[in-house]
Amino acid sequence: MLNKLVMENLKHRPVRTLLSVCAIAVEVTMILTQVGVSRGMLEDSQRRARGVGADVWVRPPNSSVLSFSSASMNEKLVEFFEKQAGVVLATGSVSHGIGGIEQITGIDLEKFSKMSGGFRYIAGGPFRNPDDILVDERYADIHKLSVGSKVKLVNREWNICGIIEPGKLARLLLPLPVVQEMAGATGRVSQIFVKVDQPANAQRVIDDLKQKLPDYKIYSIEEFTSLFSASNVPGLRAFNGVVITVSVLVGFLVVFLSMYTAVLERTREIGILKSLGASRGYVLSLMVRETFVLALIGTVIGILLTYGTRVLVNFYAGPSLTQVIVAEWWPIAAAIAIGGAILGTLYPAWKAVQQDALEALSYE
Amino acid sequence: MSEPVIIRVSGLRKVYRAGQVDVQALRGVDLSINRGEFVSIVGPSGSGKSTLFHVVGGLTPPTSGSVEIDGVDLAKMGETGRTNMRKTKIGFVFQKYNLLPTLSAGDNIAIARHIAGKADNSDAWFLEALKLLGIERRLDHKPRAMSGGEQQRVAIARAIVTHPAILLADEPTGNLDTQNSQAVLALLRELNHKLGQTILMITHNPEAAAFADRIVSMRDGRIVN
Ligand SMILES: Nc1ncnc2c1ncn2[C@@H]1O[C@H](COP(=O)(O)OP(=O)(O)OP(=O)(O)O)[C@@H](O)[C@H]1O
Ligand SMILES: [Mg+2]
Repeated sequence: MLNKLVMENLKHRPVRTLLSVCAIAVEVTMILTQVGVSRGMLEDSQRRARGVGADVWVRPPNSSVLSFSSASMNEKLVEFFEKQAGVVLATGSVSHGIGGIEQITGIDLEKFSKMSGGFRYIAGGPFRNPDDILVDERYADIHKLSVGSKVKLVNREWNICGIIEPGKLARLLLPLPVVQEMAGATGRVSQIFVKVDQPANAQRVIDDLKQKLPDYKIYSIEEFTSLFSASNVPGLRAFNGVVITVSVLVGFLVVFLSMYTAVLERTREIGILKSLGASRGYVLSLMVRETFVLALIGTVIGILLTYGTRVLVNFYAGPSLTQVIVAEWWPIAAAIAIGGAILGTLYPAWKAVQQDALEALSYE
Repeated sequence: MSEPVIIRVSGLRKVYRAGQVDVQALRGVDLSINRGEFVSIVGPSGSGKSTLFHVVGGLTPPTSGSVEIDGVDLAKMGETGRTNMRKTKIGFVFQKYNLLPTLSAGDNIAIARHIAGKADNSDAWFLEALKLLGIERRLDHKPRAMSGGEQQRVAIARAIVTHPAILLADEPTGNLDTQNSQAVLALLRELNHKLGQTILMITHNPEAAAFADRIVSMRDGRIVN
């Protein structure tokens, strides 16, 4: 019966109901999109790191996993690594930021192909001319590029010689010396990939290398990819926190306002319920249920909306942003939205409960 | 029948504070009503009729005196106790019907039962009351789709659905035309005769008052008979 009154009240003011539901839906979508984008980017980076095929990653001293490390390692180190026992292959790469979070990556195509098992060319093939660039399928799709298209990056025009399947290190690839020159880092690399003869030997090689090069960051691939988490990206956790806080605040305020006006508008009805002998708990439960229904519908719509934002992010926000659906965050987002909404109901509900029945009945 | 007296009001005073001045709305009211009686209260405007009704109905506490309903004194009760009295022993009918606008007539009646914690809607007494009220066919309608007379009949149904010890009606015909007034008054009398419902009704209209077994007059916060 109480539920019926709740539903009838919600139907009675469809615009108010719709707005409250929308606010909560937006709140939930914002949270889930934020989580989905950070998760998507991390997973994508992980996948591309694994795609390199290396067993060991070496980065310069004082670098962190997810920052753009400067090309500060001498490329002679590559030869040094190749001479170590148990190492079959080593190759370096250099990354150069080109604005925003996009970067171009220089590789030794021949050695890199050996290590990663080679690129799968969806169209075209390897570098032939000095202005050739390889892009991955995702980048090509978003920018509507095909083999032979020209792209302008860092004040230079490049010719697309091949489109590769995504998942190997980077989306934009150039020959190593080209990027070294652009980055002003001739003879230096930002990271070195090492392949060992047998995966079982990886740890021994790492231990050995760590002893010989104590300052360098030397990771096994498992170690390296496990470091791709929100807590290791400087500022990401804080940024997530800010977005979630703002979303919750929006939801809270809208529900607060909505329930507050509902209480004023229903002063008389609350008085009627009290004259019928409704207890404080009854009136409170009426309001909390109403909010709960709003929040629940809002949450479901919010979750559905994330499928929409995923399309938008993945197709329009550029290839360096990837959004995934993070289902394990659904209950968390729901709890945040419902909790915030109920919090926003407490004060209006308290006011409703405090109302004097007699005064409420004479309220026009 | 146990105790024949169902309401015993003695030495009842109610003082309202309106700003700096005290308004003595009730200045010592003594009144007893027997089970099954239909009593109407008349008196000039401002004589304290509604105040008496609100105190007896447990909507507001008295300043002093006692109000015993069905053997329980509600003058000394707190808010919770008075809420319980309203729930179990008292049914209200107001001049302005006071139906919940978002619920259908049937649901307005059902929610009173729900609040009182009575689940089944099928008891014979209630079905007979519905028949008497003549609203069986209007139960699916929202209040705004009903005439004043119909709304007031729904309000009466809602008030008696919990078998209250007493039905309190404050100018139940105040907003109705003559024809609807007659119908509602006849109905109250029938509820009283056929079902034994105790009724206390406030009215301005001497003709309406005549439907009752006994008429009590008030003036300046006192009963003057
Ligand atoms: N909430 C209140 N605060 C202050 N004074 C009040 C309040 N309610 C009633 N009064 C005063 O108490 C007195 C009695 O009012 P009451 O409403 O009981 O009269 P009544 O007999 O019902 O009049 P009417 O026939 O006009 O309905 C009046 O002087 C009124 O102004
Ligand atoms: Mg009055």
